[in-house]
Amino acid sequence: MTFDATLPVVFMALMGVSMLVYVVSDGYDLGVGMLMHRATDAEKDVMIASIGPFWDANETWLVLGVGILLIAFPQAHGLVLGELYLPVALMLVGLTLRGVAFDFRVKAKDAHKNTWDRLFFAGSTLAAVAQGWMLGRYVSGFGTGWNYPLFAAAIAGALPMAYVLMGATWLIMKTEGELQGRAVEWARMAWAPMVGGLVLISMATPWVSATVRQRWFALPEIIALSAIPLMCGVSLLAVRSLLGTRHVRGPVCWLPFTLLILVFVLGFLGLAYSIYPYVVLDRLTVWQAASSPEALKVILLGACISVPAIAGYTVFSYRVFRGKAAELKYA
Amino acid sequence: MDALLLARMQFAANITFHILFPTISIGMGWVLLFFRVRWLSTRHGSDKVAAQGWLDAYRFWTKVFALTFALGVVSGITMSFQFGTNWPGFMQKVGNIAGPLLGYEVLTAFFLEAGFLGVMLFGHGKVSERVHLMATCLVAFGTTLSAFWILALNSWMQTPAGHGIVDGIYHVKSWFDVVFNPSFPYRFTHMVLASGLTCAFLLAGLSAWQLLRGVAQRSAPRVLRVGLTLAGLLIPVQIVVGDMHGLNTLQHQPAKIAAVEGVWQTERGAPLLLFAIPDLETRSNRFQVKVPKLASVILTHEIDGEIKGLNEFRDRHPPPLPLFFAFRAMVGMGLLMLATSWLGWWLYRRASWRAERLPRALLGFFAAMTFSGWIATVSGWYVTEIGRQPFIVYGLIRTADVVSTVPTPAMIGVTLTLYLALYLALIVAYVSVLKYMAEKPEELLEIEELERAATPVGVATSPVLPIRGAAWTS
Repeated sequence: MTFDATLPVVFMALMGVSMLVYVVSDGYDLGVGMLMHRATDAEKDVMIASIGPFWDANETWLVLGVGILLIAFPQAHGLVLGELYLPVALMLVGLTLRGVAFDFRVKAKDAHKNTWDRLFFAGSTLAAVAQGWMLGRYVSGFGTGWNYPLFAAAIAGALPMAYVLMGATWLIMKTEGELQGRAVEWARMAWAPMVGGLVLISMATPWVSATVRQRWFALPEIIALSAIPLMCGVSLLAVRSLLGTRHVRGPVCWLPFTLLILVFVLGFLGLAYSIYPYVVLDRLTVWQAASSPEALKVILLGACISVPAIAGYTVFSYRVFRGKAAELKYA
Repeated sequence: MDALLLARMQFAANITFHILFPTISIGMGWVLLFFRVRWLSTRHGSDKVAAQGWLDAYRFWTKVFALTFALGVVSGITMSFQFGTNWPGFMQKVGNIAGPLLGYEVLTAFFLEAGFLGVMLFGHGKVSERVHLMATCLVAFGTTLSAFWILALNSWMQTPAGHGIVDGIYHVKSWFDVVFNPSFPYRFTHMVLASGLTCAFLLAGLSAWQLLRGVAQRSAPRVLRVGLTLAGLLIPVQIVVGDMHGLNTLQHQPAKIAAVEGVWQTERGAPLLLFAIPDLETRSNRFQVKVPKLASVILTHEIDGEIKGLNEFRDRHPPPLPLFFAFRAMVGMGLLMLATSWLGWWLYRRASWRAERLPRALLGFFAAMTFSGWIATVSGWYVTEIGRQPFIVYGLIRTADVVSTVPTPAMIGVTLTLYLALYLALIVAYVSVLKYMAEKPEELLEIEELERAATPVGVATSPVLPIRGAAWTS
């Protein structure tokens, strides 16, 4: 492949990674949002505080992902967002409510705080469900027929569960005491529906898409590929058994969350393998959809400089709020 | 209604809502930096009240900034999606130009501001003063950089340059010419000044409200002075820049100026219309009140300067009615701002910067002007954006040619209603929460202290509880 022909692939990868980082990072934010209504008022404040410094930057990965779709694959952007017109609008309403409720709840009158908390929950749920539906529609190439909406509906139910599990394990890592104990319970509750959804989707994806079927069920690829579901299964079982021990509230509190990230990464790799080289399954390849190589080179140059910087200060921000700087004086 | 009009209304609703918040946060980032620096420079001095006043100001206005920023972020995300849902043809044609500009905004500015915002808002005591100041500085710089890229793109859509066209697809010939297109320097300066002014009146207005309510005694008199001084310094500059921007528009987009001035027939020595109702049906003005020759003098700086009329641009000019009134709203607000800030500053100085000596009516007037920047900014954007119609890229691509054909008018109508309801509710919530926060700043600070005490390990430093346990991997 020439350099010019490689460029769209590079951008597909960059877009995929942005979306993956978004799903993982905003996944735990949205998950925490969906757990809000189960917590006491004091716990709500702690939950919000645990995601406070991060949610904004987390959401920016969505802008980058959609931005790359927009700027590197303009043909696909129009097609995808046209197909997803309504769920996109609902997701945006959800994200708007979530984002503002987050800030309003601490600043509004006490009497209004409950309303904002409810809107925080509603916004998080709406955004998660809409994202699940969109993922379902996208993975199946926007097919028509009775089975496609059903498939999208299944993912619309499963993705919020995955987010809830992420959110609960995030809280296990970030909190202590009673709230941490409840977070363990929440994680246990979300585990089964999330795994059930994942299994269902893994079986349904090849069923609704012939392309995906051919990709996965061919020798010898299937042998190498089986590593993905196997590792996923092992990780998820490890999460479940960890949730059953008391160590999860002690030194290994970070492990369930980390294992779930691994599951998301594996799922992403599986998805990427299913779809590549299409941007829109069976309709548009990365090369058909890409902008001119000149434009892509300009953006790539910027990305090469700024993405490491972004990674750098993201790590910095997470380190600051890990408590490492706790000895510093209080301003 | 047809899909084009609905799509335009939806996009207009979104960008109108969006600009309200960046227009505050672009300037506010720098103002916060100023408050912080003032506090740092006074805290070891003898005047403890001054130091505490600057710290109070910083903490209160940081909260305003956080809320404003959040609203800007969420409405900005909506915008990034609506490019695709409403105008898919736009990126297909000019993606090679708009793409990198938007990409650079996200990569350089968005992440910068979002990444350091957490440290800026919640980082007290977690990082050193110097790192915190640096974070504040980077957030302020990020918001301004964001404006730079977005205005480069917007200006290119107004006065396209530096591109070539192959098979209907636009390609870049010179990035320098694309970014620094003919209207960019004027538009960027005009917008940054507008942001500074919006901030200045917000600072002065909310502080005046606090003084009327007898709260925030340490910070409000200082912030009022900052607001009035900033406004007084910026407004004359803005008027000069605005005039230059107008001359630039006359040169590159004469149809826009013709609509603004309500000129139908090309004429020399055109009068300035103080009031009129431009009628597209009869292609003439009704009820006009005019000052002879003044439009020519303002626009060409000659008594008998020629102004091209709308009739020279049939089917290629914007609707004059909204432009005519939006422009007058902007200019009228600008003049009111000039009078308010200069008179207010002079009176405040004469009162030796003692707020309690100011007449309550004057404070009330400042408070009434709190959101005057919004009116001026939004009117200005209406002039420039509606004034670009019927083109999306001036003179080259018509808006009607890039609109999405997928969603039905009913679908756009439903989502438009949804967005409008949400935006109206949020504006009401924003304004009422600002008012509530302004009235209860001390209480708010106390709540914050309690919150700090209650936050878990790894979230914010607790001044009360000792940090222990291995809640963290490190």
